[in-house]
Amino acid sequence: MTGAPVIDVHSLNKSFDGRRVVEDFAIQVGRGRICGFLGPNGSGKTTTIRMLCGLLTPDSGGGTCLGLDILREGAAIKRQVGYMTQRFSFYEDLSIAENLDFVARVYGLPRRRQQVAQALDRLGLTRRSRQLAGALSGGWKQRLALAACTLHEPKLLLLDEPTAGVDPVARRDFWDQIHRLAEDGITVLVSTHYMDEAERCHEIAYLAYGKLLARGTVADVIAGSGLATWRITGPGVAALARTLHSRPGVDRVALFGQTLHVSGQDPDLLAAALADHRASDGLHFQPAPPTLEDVFIHLMGEARDNFS
Amino acid sequence: MTGPRDGLSRARCLAMIIKEFIQMRRDRMTFAMMIGIPVMQVLLFGFAINTDPKHLPTALHVAEPSVFARDLVTALENTGYFQVTRHVDDPARIPWLLASNQVQFAVTIPVGFARAVQRGEHPVLLIEADATDPAATGNALAALDQIAHTALDRDLSGPLRSLRQPPPAFEVRVHRRYNPDGITQYNIVPGLMGVILTMTGVMLTALAVTRERERGTMENLLAMPVRPVEVMIGKILPYIAVGYVQVILVLLAAHFLFQVPMIGSLALLSVGVLIFIAANLAVGFTFSTVAGNQLQAMQMSFFFFLPSLLLSGFMFPFRGMPDWAQAIGEALPLTHFLRIVRGILLKGNGVAEVAPDLWPIALFLVVITIIALNRYRLTLD
Ligand SMILES: Nc1ncnc2c1ncn2[C@@H]1O[C@H](COP(=O)(O)OP(=O)(O)O)[C@@H](O)[C@H]1O
Ligand SMILES: [Mg+2]
Repeated sequence: MTGAPVIDVHSLNKSFDGRRVVEDFAIQVGRGRICGFLGPNGSGKTTTIRMLCGLLTPDSGGGTCLGLDILREGAAIKRQVGYMTQRFSFYEDLSIAENLDFVARVYGLPRRRQQVAQALDRLGLTRRSRQLAGALSGGWKQRLALAACTLHEPKLLLLDEPTAGVDPVARRDFWDQIHRLAEDGITVLVSTHYMDEAERCHEIAYLAYGKLLARGTVADVIAGSGLATWRITGPGVAALARTLHSRPGVDRVALFGQTLHVSGQDPDLLAAALADHRASDGLHFQPAPPTLEDVFIHLMGEARDNFS
Repeated sequence: MTGPRDGLSRARCLAMIIKEFIQMRRDRMTFAMMIGIPVMQVLLFGFAINTDPKHLPTALHVAEPSVFARDLVTALENTGYFQVTRHVDDPARIPWLLASNQVQFAVTIPVGFARAVQRGEHPVLLIEADATDPAATGNALAALDQIAHTALDRDLSGPLRSLRQPPPAFEVRVHRRYNPDGITQYNIVPGLMGVILTMTGVMLTALAVTRERERGTMENLLAMPVRPVEVMIGKILPYIAVGYVQVILVLLAAHFLFQVPMIGSLALLSVGVLIFIAANLAVGFTFSTVAGNQLQAMQMSFFFFLPSLLLSGFMFPFRGMPDWAQAIGEALPLTHFLRIVRGILLKGNGVAEVAPDLWPIALFLVVITIIALNRYRLTLD
């Protein structure tokens, strides 16, 4: 049983300088769930996460995190939340150990030294503990940041693009660790631009232009898009891509190596658009379920059309 | 935002203080500023500034040599203020010498001066001064008065005796207390202590907090359960320690290099120092809540520092300023601190004499702290 949702907010709004950055945002995330937070740059992901942990005050709307009111009980929320900022924001002029020690003191952790030593050990950084945090590579900085924001054993983790600029191996380790934390009952909200990461989430939320456009499991979101997709392989797909672009019924054409993805909202119209080319030599046409990326790009295009 | 259960925590303050000390130690620039500025200022200003300049270059035009002329020049030089560097034959050159900054004074002894003196005609002796900077000429010109009275006494003997000045109806006796020899350093060096503490204190705290925002570490700090007071204490306490180090440096220099007397209680001084440093650091903290980046923080620090320097009585006599300027000066902590530090060191002032200047600084501290804590945002809005 999951009980009451760990994150439960509704109709959150936030404007900067008269520009609406987050619009009527609502989300519920259950305990132990990993919720992926996706959307193009500037869509309001960071702003939303900041409102959840009390770093920004919403203009209107409200709700609870860990059963605590996000408007009035920010201080109590902060003690139980681990927030990993988009940009590395621990002290680059402090050593790894000093950073962890600082965090341990701020949260008033019992057996501080021991906890810091254990964290260093888990990180595999015991030998480099005196190295300045600023001297670490991107991947190690990210590991340090995660270790630091989980040191106080938070019940909710808010991770803002934690794997941006991190190599694939480090990313995979990172996600293994996220899943271990979730198994221990920690709830995770993680923003990302990577599709493979989105697929490792229990559920996803897609935000564009401040609006929540899709919500649910990856399968839900793909099914909910109502998108028809064809995969075309063979010689000359690049030339085909250019001709298909302007056809009615074709919403999106994207080339992945030798494979062309063509998608549209109306299956019949799309099939008609492709019909002319099916006779072409060597091209192989195959209807396929849309990928998450197809769906997101479609959603973003729709949102852009609606708002501009 | 903060619940009532969430009191001031020693552990969190300590976390901030330790972190700040480590960062301070690692930041070479800051460290250089903390130690370099006081040492440089004390050496530079202590040795350089002299508000009672002597041996000022003087041009002399004697139209007709005489005993009187010679004795007058000797008397001028004996004051210590005038030193004849140019003998001018053509009086028309004098304006050029003054304008081109080659001499500070020009003395013209006219034709028939001696004869006119002997006849009791009270001839005119012309002294032209480059009075652009009143401070540079003031004391020298004041010394002239005495010369007119006594310079020629030796020559006016025998039948000329009656031309001597009669003694005044009463005698004026001056006691120059606390600094009888008028040594500039006695005034400047203790004053520098206040100037250094103001300059580095405001700037260092303003930078320390603004840096957190600029580097993005503020967001992390805000996401943790640290209260504004704790951040403020963490940012201020380490710099109080720095301030004391600076005070010790200045006191050592004052004692060993400039032999500045230290009559009063150093314990009392250290109380004044504490409140004064805290007041400056609070100003810096407040600036950091307004400044968007380190450059702005720096500029704001200077906006505070300049009036402090100019209106506090460090550079120019406080009582020489009009009432409105004195009112501004009274609102600045440096004004009061200068009185405290000079009073304790030179006059041997005790608690009773110091208290009237201590409470205004304390009041300033309280007001600024309230402003700072009100301005410090717990959010990024
Ligand atoms: N403090 C702020 N002041 C003004 N505009 C802001 C501020 N923070 C974010 N924005 C704007 O809000 C929009 C959403 O930003 P953000 O939440 O960072 O998006 P994301 O994290 O999805 O990339 C952007 O256009 C950004 O420029
Ligand atoms: Mg972002």
